[in-house]
Amino acid sequence: MAASGNPEVKLLGIWFSPFVLRARIALNLKEVQYEFLEEQLGTKSELLLESNPVYKKMPVLIHDGKPVCESLIIVQYIDEVWAGSGTTLMPTDAYERAIHRFWTVYVDDKLYSSFLDSIMRYRTDEAKAEAEEQTVAALQLLEEAFDKISKGKPFFGGDTIGYLDIALGCFLGWIRAAEINGLKLLDHARTPLLCAWAEKFYNNEAVRAVIPDTMKLAEFTKVLRSSYQNRVPPTK
Amino acid sequence: MPQEREKQMEETVKLLGTKGSPLSHRAEVALRLKEVKFEFLNEDLAHKSDMLLRYNPIHKKVPVLVHGEKPIAESLIVIEYVDEAFEGYNILPRDPYERAMARFWARFIDEKVIPAFWMSCWTDGETQKGFIAQSKETLTTLQRQLEGKRFFGGDSIGLVDLAGCMIAFWFAVLQEVAGINLLNEEDYPVLCRWAEDYCRVGAVSESLLDRNLLVAHFASKKERIFATKAPVYD
Repeated sequence: MAASGNPEVKLLGIWFSPFVLRARIALNLKEVQYEFLEEQLGTKSELLLESNPVYKKMPVLIHDGKPVCESLIIVQYIDEVWAGSGTTLMPTDAYERAIHRFWTVYVDDKLYSSFLDSIMRYRTDEAKAEAEEQTVAALQLLEEAFDKISKGKPFFGGDTIGYLDIALGCFLGWIRAAEINGLKLLDHARTPLLCAWAEKFYNNEAVRAVIPDTMKLAEFTKVLRSSYQNRVPPTK
Repeated sequence: MPQEREKQMEETVKLLGTKGSPLSHRAEVALRLKEVKFEFLNEDLAHKSDMLLRYNPIHKKVPVLVHGEKPIAESLIVIEYVDEAFEGYNILPRDPYERAMARFWARFIDEKVIPAFWMSCWTDGETQKGFIAQSKETLTTLQRQLEGKRFFGGDSIGLVDLAGCMIAFWFAVLQEVAGINLLNEEDYPVLCRWAEDYCRVGAVSESLLDRNLLVAHFASKKERIFATKAPVYD
């Protein structure tokens, strides 16, 4: 789980990225040793440009010299390659897999987009409030989904952390940071199941080892916001 | 045969779709490749059925596959489900690395190739020039994946070919209606050859709408699409 490890498995990433976190949590749950190669903010290493020429983004998993890109594709790859090791990430039933996949697409398309608007990309205070509302609405739908999918168990994946848990859980640090900065997102009245789930997810060994510090993220969010404002001035 | 499998094969399969939609086409071809018996329920997207609203309440979109009572939405998710739930033809590769590559290029088509081409059709002036440049880059990148292969899936069509159906059939229609000439044999000989081969596959040609009908349809909707930039498939 540490920075040095199996040279056959490398992960290119950066401390704050929730997408990189997905890959790290998956590797930990599958008990795969790997070398974490940390990129520096503002520059892209030769290795990153070489191994992800199409998007030039992190995370990139390099396994036996072969790169795999896109966080969710990486998580599924890890689950399939190291099938015999650690816990299983994808459900075994094809329909349940389809349900997990449906909601991960929803997380990336709807939740992430509104969330980013609410913490960084909003142009006016009204827009910020609306983005916050949309994020809460998305979390509400996920609360209902959790109720149906978990069937009373602690995670979307059942007794152990699964694909959808990882896809959504990677944002928890950011969500907590946003709440420190004044947003109201997860709430014991509105989303009690997700609140309980978040605690369990956070306290899992595989997650605790790699989740970034909330205060550090809260400060970083402010930095991101002001740099965004400089690039894209607010409308009146 | 295990009881679960037997039960699964007895369950009815319905596909809620729209013939003019490439997303619906993806799901339909997947079912045909697996030789699954299914009922195609054509949706009028201007007047969505109760069934569609019940089975896909979040997005209210086609395609939706209903296997027994279980709804599955999102075309690429439907393809993976069909590949896993039914035996026979391999739509995705079996090797994990090849699977990851297939999923990557399918996403690339959805995230980069299609949006750039679509916007090239329905914008003008400098904006259009920008999208056309983007589109050319994405088509070039995608075409490179066909080097030495008949289909993206190898000797037979797979996930990426299905994901690329819009490129294979709809792009020529759209650019005709929009009056641009982006995807042509001179600039993209390999991609154009692939497009022809793709459309000739039995499971594909059975699912395609008549080209003239599709041209007429988009021509009639041209102004509306130009204004909203939103697709209208029926």
